[in-house]
Amino acid sequence: MKIAMGASLSIALLLCASLGARSLDRGGVAIAADNITLQGTGATFPAPLYQKWFAEYNKLHPEVQINYQALGSGAGVKQFQQGLVNFGASDAAMTDDEMSKVKDGVVLLPMTAGSIVLSYNLPDAPAELKLSRDAYVGIFLGKIKQWDDPAIAKANPGAKLPRTPITVVTRSDGSGTTFVFTTHLSAISPEWKAGPGAGKSVNFPAGVAGKGNPGVTALIKQTPGAIGYVEYGYAKQTGMPMAVLENHNGKYVKADLESGKNALATVQLPADLRAWIPDPAGDDAYPIVTYTWLLCYKKYQDPKIAQAIKSVVQYGLTDGQKDSVDLGYIPLPPGVVTVVTKALDQIS
Amino acid sequence: MSVVGPGMAQEIPAAGGSVSVMTQSSAHDISQPPSTFDIISDRAFRRSTLIIAWFVVALMFWLVGSIGKQAMPAVRAYGWSFLTGSTWDANKEVFGILPAITGTMYSSVLGLFIGTMFGLAIAIFLSEGFLSSGLEAVLKAVGLDETRPWSALPDRLEDLLKVTVELLAAIPSVVYGLWGIFVVIPLVRPSADWLHGHLGWIPFFKTSLSGPGLLPASIVLAIMVLPTISAISRDALVAVPPKMREAAFGMGATRWEAILAIFVPTAATGIFGAVILGFGRALGETMALAMLAGNANVISWSLFSPANTLAALLANHFPEADAIEVGALMYAALVLLGITLVVNVVGTLILQRADASLKGLR
Repeated sequence: MKIAMGASLSIALLLCASLGARSLDRGGVAIAADNITLQGTGATFPAPLYQKWFAEYNKLHPEVQINYQALGSGAGVKQFQQGLVNFGASDAAMTDDEMSKVKDGVVLLPMTAGSIVLSYNLPDAPAELKLSRDAYVGIFLGKIKQWDDPAIAKANPGAKLPRTPITVVTRSDGSGTTFVFTTHLSAISPEWKAGPGAGKSVNFPAGVAGKGNPGVTALIKQTPGAIGYVEYGYAKQTGMPMAVLENHNGKYVKADLESGKNALATVQLPADLRAWIPDPAGDDAYPIVTYTWLLCYKKYQDPKIAQAIKSVVQYGLTDGQKDSVDLGYIPLPPGVVTVVTKALDQIS
Repeated sequence: MSVVGPGMAQEIPAAGGSVSVMTQSSAHDISQPPSTFDIISDRAFRRSTLIIAWFVVALMFWLVGSIGKQAMPAVRAYGWSFLTGSTWDANKEVFGILPAITGTMYSSVLGLFIGTMFGLAIAIFLSEGFLSSGLEAVLKAVGLDETRPWSALPDRLEDLLKVTVELLAAIPSVVYGLWGIFVVIPLVRPSADWLHGHLGWIPFFKTSLSGPGLLPASIVLAIMVLPTISAISRDALVAVPPKMREAAFGMGATRWEAILAIFVPTAATGIFGAVILGFGRALGETMALAMLAGNANVISWSLFSPANTLAALLANHFPEADAIEVGALMYAALVLLGITLVVNVVGTLILQRADASLKGLR
């Protein structure tokens, strides 16, 4: 008897709990008194920076809670389209087709930028391994199979390259990082464009794949002869060697803050603030650099939410930019900050 | 557990089964019939358990139905070529899961092979009293075999070992994955390199180990299925009727003869069922394999080649999939569900037969 009552009671409780949770999820916003909770989903690439911003912002404005779930750019765009979140985030911005499906309108806001580097694990290799365009395209196409290949040796005169087989490490999950990297490869190599192409997950012709930046990093570290692409901030924090890459102008450029800034300087943002930099020109520009975007609606039902989002973005554009260097991102050029701040007026 | 088992089983229905037995226990209302409240709550309890039981069954059908519905576009678009194709390219909308199917089967069978060897050895060790006989000899020599806390030591140690093996099942998959990357891969690399270098002409050693691959994945998988195999095999061995044990030793069989020629064959169906259940677990294992198998669409006999599995494919591609890729992933999920279902049904049937065949002997 007691069991029966206990069981039915707990079932009832469970039902209540799940119903309650559900109604919270739906709106994406729980308003208790004057507290505002913003829900966001999207890219993992800028996640560390966003998390820092949102935590700092919450300290300054305790009434605004921001939950950011780094589920990936694709998930960010999808949930944003379905209206499940207050804002999204994506490394690949949104296509016109994707934007047309959002009835409240879309404002794309570039918030920060970052480089993608080629990290490698090569015992007794030169400290700054230089890779020409032919070399790294060839490696990822699976055509260059050993580290002592002439294509690699040519750019590294005098360096002793071992006869180790190359293990290419890629991302197994769909990701904005892969999108940016393969867009770059497609831009510089017709063969890549015709073959694997560009996308959040492509059919890599060679190698093994790890899940997420941590997965790729772990595989590179554990495999002598491995090379893979990871975010600059990630490689910097984990202390992995990064290859020096040949850029558009044929110069070899190291990935760092300066070379990233130089790359950003080569493009002018269009009116919709959507610009990819698949192959920046400029002697000192690092070749693989991207902006990453916050996706906001043009119209919000609740003026308080619109106000909160504007205020958060404003914080990110001003004080937030100072955090980006520490975490390995590239601060937005001042011109871009002005343009993005102006774009905020579209939100109402 | 096996000692208390039958006695408990008889007591439970007597104590909780009917209302009349319950009321007898208290003296003052000995002649009272069950009150309306008793009857209603009894009925309500029965109903609610029935509903909940059917709810689980309905949930299963709903799950299969909704996966099937979402898979339909892909099933229609790709049909059988989905099962035979070997490219997964969302950009070009070409989807094939043959490498994932072969990778799933290869890693599971290999993991199961290693897991069964060790699992069965553990089961024999824990069920045939090897530990107690060894320890008792030692205790006797020291003269402690009659003193209270020491005399119980062999049994306690056996329990401890049993629990430890079963605890392996409680370790999260992702921990196994990390352990595999940082411990197993470096551990097997030297021998893998040697095998590839000296015996590279054998198809199993054809490629060099590039880090993640089938061998490290299978080794970790073997450890993950170990608890299932050893626990159920042990139960099967313990269930070998005492009559048979006595008869075997009475005929003058040595311990090893008795174990290998009588006990293990008698428990064979149970052990086989354990292996099949372990197989079911291995097929569905996701995280550890996504981290260790290499996620490369390669079909190879080589133990050191990277591979892909169905579960890892799903985990990797779902978050960023859209439109037709979701359908293709659902199709792959349906295939995995089908394989797992067949394996589990076969395993359950074998276990049932094992029970039935032993009943006559008791």
